[in-house]
Amino acid sequence: MSEPLLVLHHISKSFPGVKALDNIDFHIERREVVGLLGENGAGKSTLMKIISGVYTPDAGEMYWQNEKVKLKSIMDAKERGISIIFQELNNCPNLSALENLFLGHELRTAANLVDYRAMKRKATEIFSYLDAHIPLDTPAGKLSVALQQMIEIGKALLADARLIIMDEPTSSLTDKEVQKLFQIVGELKSRGIAVIFISHKLEEVFHITDRIVVLRDGRHAGELTTSEATQEELVSLMVGREMHSFYSKRSKEPSKEVILRIEDVSGPPYLDKVSFDLRKGEILGLAGLIGAGRTELALLLIGAEQKKEGTVLLQGRKVDIRSPWQAIAHGIAYLSEDRKTKSLILQMPVRANITMAIHRAVSGALGTLDRKKELDITSHYTRILEIKTSGPEQLVNNLSGGNQQKVVLAKWLATKPAILILDEPTRGIDVHAKAEVHRIITELADNGTSIILISSELPEIVALSDRVVVMHEGKVKSILEKDEISQEGIMSKVFSA
Amino acid sequence: MTDQEHRSILGRFFAYRESAIFLALVILMAIVTVFAPNFMSGSNLYLVSRQISFVAVVAFGELFVILTGGIDLSVGSIMGLSGVVAAGAMAGGQPILLSVVLGLATGLLLGFINGLLISCVRIAPFIVTLGMLSFARGVILIVTKGWPITNIPKPFLVVGQGDFLALPIPLWVMIVLAALAHFVLSRTAFGRRTYAIGGNEQATFLSGINVRKIKVVLYMISGFMASVVGIILIARFNSAQADTGTGWELDAIAAAVIGGTSLSGGSGSILGVIIGAAIMGVIRNGLVLMRVSPYWQTAVIGIIIVLAAVLDRIKNK
Repeated sequence: MSEPLLVLHHISKSFPGVKALDNIDFHIERREVVGLLGENGAGKSTLMKIISGVYTPDAGEMYWQNEKVKLKSIMDAKERGISIIFQELNNCPNLSALENLFLGHELRTAANLVDYRAMKRKATEIFSYLDAHIPLDTPAGKLSVALQQMIEIGKALLADARLIIMDEPTSSLTDKEVQKLFQIVGELKSRGIAVIFISHKLEEVFHITDRIVVLRDGRHAGELTTSEATQEELVSLMVGREMHSFYSKRSKEPSKEVILRIEDVSGPPYLDKVSFDLRKGEILGLAGLIGAGRTELALLLIGAEQKKEGTVLLQGRKVDIRSPWQAIAHGIAYLSEDRKTKSLILQMPVRANITMAIHRAVSGALGTLDRKKELDITSHYTRILEIKTSGPEQLVNNLSGGNQQKVVLAKWLATKPAILILDEPTRGIDVHAKAEVHRIITELADNGTSIILISSELPEIVALSDRVVVMHEGKVKSILEKDEISQEGIMSKVFSA
Repeated sequence: MTDQEHRSILGRFFAYRESAIFLALVILMAIVTVFAPNFMSGSNLYLVSRQISFVAVVAFGELFVILTGGIDLSVGSIMGLSGVVAAGAMAGGQPILLSVVLGLATGLLLGFINGLLISCVRIAPFIVTLGMLSFARGVILIVTKGWPITNIPKPFLVVGQGDFLALPIPLWVMIVLAALAHFVLSRTAFGRRTYAIGGNEQATFLSGINVRKIKVVLYMISGFMASVVGIILIARFNSAQADTGTGWELDAIAAAVIGGTSLSGGSGSILGVIIGAAIMGVIRNGLVLMRVSPYWQTAVIGIIIVLAAVLDRIKNK
């Protein structure tokens, strides 16, 4: 064992309704590159935010260079020598590369003015060390992502970082830029700097790291020395072996009748010739990583975004849906992935949220809302979905995450959809509410509703889906039939080049 | 439920959002009466209520727009131009009714242009209506060359100067429009959608509501309300002045804000706006009666606006 740089001991962190990290141990040494792997929501980001001082842990200790520390802020961490480079680069796009590099740490002249000459000298030195050719006077927003990343790495070097955390640094880089980044990581290492490297791309992790730590459901799932690890080992650590037993069973087979056919649909930002069928009463899983284009496809199907090309056939008839109200009229409902920013009006009561998409059905003459009809519909769905409220007038803001999600479900069920697109329907809700949502989904499909299920939780996709469409970078990679569906199967399709 | 049933009358009074500012208005009126007893005289109340109704009606339109998180800076200029169009038509010998309709149509048209640019071309409401403020005022000056339009037909003057059941006619106009606007906002799908857009525009859009169309209509409502006041003012002053409405956008926004309307959208009410307009009217009138320099009025109104926002922030914490 060489000198440990950072040691985490029994770290836990909860957010309302979710235990994000549960008793995590972690350590990294000087000159070490550690890969951090895990599915979406496994707790990688939370752990990194704790190490970089963004969050404070609820429990556990942190030792930095053998000294117990409590980081107060991201600035505190930076001063101690821990720098993080976020996936969404935090720069001021209007300021020049040089100004961004020194943001908050500008060099001053004797008269306390910004010393551009000295800053330029220092910047040239740093960037030539990184072997990056960055036009110092260009606004950062006009530089490529790779160059913007170099500025971030330069910032870390300026702050004399001893540990640099890179959160999915390669997600928007070209192959050549990735090679360059790997070279730089090698350089940093030779300088004695440690690097935590978060990535979804297994081949990169194998290429660059010394050791790999896998997180699953907020727990430490396992740890491997890179040179001894195999891809299969990693995938099985990531998805876990045990299957959850609380998934409801289907009581009916989906019919063979095709209700929705998508043919060669392309559209913003990068959807590329997506084709698949949806059958009546079927649960069709859409699996893939964040950024695979699943939400984008849903927005396109409901007309919230416009497709560039391709055809959509509804029960054999070509349809051109250009707005969400047309989608509802065609019997397509979309439960969005973020209930707070895209689904609910938080300061409105349960009643108003549930009837949001069916104003016409609850309106009388003169466009007046019929309160009695509204209350009837609200009480109907409150009952069948078992939504726990103090009454129809309770503001949804004051409901738990699970009940909020049921309100959103009620809103869409009230439109009596033939096709229901569910985007992360169980995100951020507790285990019990999750099981209830799963039961509702199964019952809907049994009663003939066709469901497209977008989920980043593989166990959910595997347990509920009749078929699974695997998407990657805007393309359909593969369509799995019922007997081919497994977590390993899906992961290997995602990661196959 | 039993809790609510057992609540005292006072408790129920304070359950309303508007109760705090209503109380503020009552206290304010009491203070003004102590220092200037003639405040409570019938003739003074008559004048104050008429002035309040003008500001309130313009602020009703502003409320509709602000509820969605927008803003309409052009209401003052729309008032002016609508008045000029109606007065010009009357002075040119057109029938009164047609002239009024032309004036109202002017307000609707300018509001429509505002709405179209905001919701379809997606330019910020602040910019669009700032442009309209300048444009409409410019058109007034081009048309009138800065001179007032007189020769308003006598029978029309009653709209601005007359009364009905001892109350000024502008006050009746305000009451009717307030009832109508309150009904639309609280009872119709259109009103629900207006609040919904202010609460969460994206969720509203994804719920299948044509947000753009609603926004266009809202700016038309704002233009319409402004033109109603612009037209009544030509009867009030027996002429259309080139500077009528200058600065009124600020009074309208102030009335809405003092009345508890959130500038980020989603909350506010007609009742609140009326109280907000009343608070401003009473302060202005009270300061005049107390012989305070008119320069102070402007300063005090400024303090009240910020104070109202501060109170709202504290209340929401």
